[in-house]
This record gives sequence, C-alpha cells and structure tokens, in this order.
Amino acid sequence: MDCNQVFVSKVKRLIVVFTLLIAFLSVKATAFAQTDTSIKPVDTAVVKTTEAVSGEHAEGKTAHGKEKFEPTKVIMEHIADSHMWHLWGHTSLPLPVILYTSNGLEVFSSGHFHHGEEDYKGNFNTYRLVEDKVKVIGANGQVDEAVSKTVLDFSITKNVAAMFVAILLILIVFISVAGSYKKRVGKAPKGLQSLIEPIIVFVRDDIAKPNIGHKYAKFMPYLLTVFFFIWFNNLLGLVPIFPGGANVTGNIALTFVMALGTLIIVNINGNKYYWKHIFKPDVPFWLYPIMIPVELIGIISKPFALMIRLFANITAGHIIVLSLISLIFIFETLAIAPVSVAFVLFMDVLELLVAFLQAFIFTLLTALFIGMAVEEHH
Amino acid sequence: MELVTPGIGLVFWTAIAFICLLILLRKFAWKPILGAIHEREQSIDEALNKAELAKQEMARLTAQNQDLMQQARAERDEILKEAKTLKDSILNEAKKQAQVEGSKLIEKAKIEIENQKKAALAEVKDQVSSLSLEIAERVLRTQLDDKTKQEALVANLLKDVELN
Repeated sequence: MDCNQVFVSKVKRLIVVFTLLIAFLSVKATAFAQTDTSIKPVDTAVVKTTEAVSGEHAEGKTAHGKEKFEPTKVIMEHIADSHMWHLWGHTSLPLPVILYTSNGLEVFSSGHFHHGEEDYKGNFNTYRLVEDKVKVIGANGQVDEAVSKTVLDFSITKNVAAMFVAILLILIVFISVAGSYKKRVGKAPKGLQSLIEPIIVFVRDDIAKPNIGHKYAKFMPYLLTVFFFIWFNNLLGLVPIFPGGANVTGNIALTFVMALGTLIIVNINGNKYYWKHIFKPDVPFWLYPIMIPVELIGIISKPFALMIRLFANITAGHIIVLSLISLIFIFETLAIAPVSVAFVLFMDVLELLVAFLQAFIFTLLTALFIGMAVEEHH
Repeated sequence: MELVTPGIGLVFWTAIAFICLLILLRKFAWKPILGAIHEREQSIDEALNKAELAKQEMARLTAQNQDLMQQARAERDEILKEAKTLKDSILNEAKKQAQVEGSKLIEKAKIEIENQKKAALAEVKDQVSSLSLEIAERVLRTQLDDKTKQEALVANLLKDVELN
C-alpha cells in the first residue's frame, strides 16, 4: 500500500513536470517561429535607420555603428560565452585570458584585444579575437587554424566569472546560516536561517529521503550543493545587469560537469544489485546481446538527459527573453515596447519558476538515480 | 553546433569550482546545518515524548492518589468500626464483670451481715443469758430472803416449765 502511494505521488509529480515541459516547449516553438520570420524583413528595414537603432541600443552588443541589427547574432552572443563582461553601452570588463600552448602558459588581459579590433603579441604567439574565440595569427598575418587548435583556452570567461560570483554568494549565504545555527543552538530559526531551512528540509524530506531511502544522509551534501548551485546560477542568470546576466547554467560545459558528477556519484555507489541489473538482467540469456548494450547506454543516457535538460531549458528561457526584447529593435518603434515588456515580464516570472524547477528536477533525478543504484533487493 | 560543444576552459573551471564548493559547503555549511536541524528535530521529538510521558505519569499519580485516599478512607472506617466493637465489648465485659463483682460483693455482704447477725444474736443471747442469770441470782437472792417468796418462785418456775 505504502509503495503504491509513493509510486502514485511520483507519477503525479512526473505528470506535472512533463505538462510544464510540454507547455514550455510549445511556447518556445512559437517564440522561435517569431524570431525566424522576423529576421527577414529586418535586413531591408533596418538599413535606413541603423544609426537610430544602434544609438538607442544599449542592450545588444551590435553597438558598433553601422552594422545591421541581426537578432540571431545578438542573441547568440548573449547566450555564448565571452572573454569580456559587457557592463553597459560600450563599457566592458576585461577578463583574464589563460592559454595553454605547446610552449607553456600564456596569461594576459582580454583588454589588450580592444573588443577584437587589435591583435595581442604574447610570449609565444600573436593572438586575435575572432568571434570571441582566441585564435593564433601565423607569420602571414592570417589566422593559423592548425596552431589555434593546439592552444587550449582556460580563460576566466564571463561564465566562469559569473559562476565564481554565484559560488561566492552561496558560500557567504550558507556559511553565515551555518554560523547562526551554531549561535542559536536548539532555538527556532531566525532571519535568513528561516528562509533557507525549509528549502534544505525540502531537499532532505522530499528529494533525498523518498528516492534514496535510509542511506540518504551520505548524499545530502552533494544533493544540496547541486540544488543550490544550479538554483543560484539560474537566478543570477535572470538578473539583466552585472554581476548577473551570464548564461551559466545554459552552457553545455557547466551542465556537462554537473551531469558527470552525477554519473560518477551514481556509479561509484552502485551496489551489486545495480551491476547485476546491468550485466546479468533477469531476461532469457539470448536477449543479453541486446540488453547489456542497452543497459550500458542507459548509464550514460541518464546523466546525458540531465545535461541536455538543464542546458536547453535555461538557454531557451534566455533566448525567449532576448527575442522579445529584440522585437523593439526589429520593429524600430517604441510602440511595441509595452507589448515586449509585458511578455518579458511574463517570461521572467515563468523563468523564476523554471529556475527553481530545473534545480529541483536535476536534484530529484540525481537522487532517483542514486536511489536506484543503492537500492537493496530482497 | 558551437552552442552544444562544451569548451574545455569552462569545463575545467566548473569542475574545480564545483568540487571546491562541494568540499567547503560540506565542511562549513551542510554538516553544521544538517546536524543542527537533526538535533533540533530530535530534541523536539524528545520534548513531545517527555510531555506525553509526564502526562501519563500525572494521570498515574492522580489515580494512585485517589486509590490511596480510598484505601485510607476504608482503613479509617475499618479502624473506627473495630474501635466501636472493641469499646462495646469492653463495656459489656466491664458491665458483666461489675455485675458479677457486685453480686459477689452483695453475696459477701449478705454472708457478713448474716454472720454479724449471728454473732450479734449470740452475743445478745449470751448477754441475755448472763443478764438473766444475774437477774435471776439477784432475784433469787432477794427472793430467798424470805420463805414465802422462795416458794412462790419455785411455783412460778414450775409454772413456766409447764408452759414450756
């Protein structure tokens, strides 16, 4: 009876999640359709009044005078990583560039590139910023792609810096909360503590305990860290001004690392039942050639889905908001602004929900996978 | 395509940063926070359990008190009853004894009285006899002074004897 109830609640939860996802996807689809159709007239319409557009345009990065307004380019620049942190207008914060070349480490400020207009001569090579990628310039003054590929870019980019800001914030918040627990031993929570405590208890009682069972305590630090790391980064991504606005959790590299963490945690803690299920499943032996590869793919596909889910949801949210903002510049009229702003407001509120939901789903599924790996069969 | 190609730099920094965050939070945040929450929950549980136990104890004590009271009351009644019967029996005994004693005394007194009476009577008889002897002597002395009188007396005496 008890198992049945848990199952039913899980099914309900999944139904809710999938409904939201489907609703969300349909919104996304229409948004993409809008941007796609609206790109075409831009090319003809924008030419006449480029001056005016770029004058007003403080949001996008096509701030350099005579360019056409291309929403796809603007949006993609926002979504992608950058070697500078755009603050406002023409002001950007230069970030350190760290390159690992075959000769050694190169460290210099991205300010030397002057927004990609100038080359920088480092210790070993000359570098140029092409579409926000550091490329090596050969002796002929052209980009040397072969050498560029050997150079590994470990720069503190906008996303890395934004992630550090989020980490700093998380550390400040939680260490101070931990401090107030030490100060107020055995007393009721107060202030920030009473804001954070229900969320921690929620992660413990609604994510870890029902999915992992009595061994949950060991995984609590990982689950809590994942939850708050994703949530804080999601929320900071929604803040349009410095130090927010970076598409940190919408970057596949970050979600890749998070999913890799889950993959490692799950498989390190997998017990004999877990491995038996993969290599010796309860099926007729002639099905093994099919089942074992499927199960092995399953090991990878679970965290892979986590990676794509988080990346796609957060990126899509950013794209929608930016598309709606771009409408003002596409139509070149302030009259559309109220509509745009209203939609953006709606999307931002939805994104607040998505920010929590994605952190929740990532943690929930991680807990579920851990639970499947450590479950005891009788 | 570029969007879904993870950059080595961000992967590297994210991995390092996330592991550092995990270690720092684990040591400085999650351990004390989860510990404190667990402890508080336990202390609340304990307090509730204790309150429940105290309530039961209270009920038990009240019941016990009532029992004791009832018992004491019963005992008191018992004692009172016993005392009453004891008193009655003592009283009866005393009465009986007194009666016996009284009757004995009366008996004794009666015997005494009888004895005294007898003694007194004997004395009186003695005295009367001696007196009568004396009188008789004196009378005889006086009577025998003359002859007639002596004869009269003898006659009288004889008369008496005949009467007797």
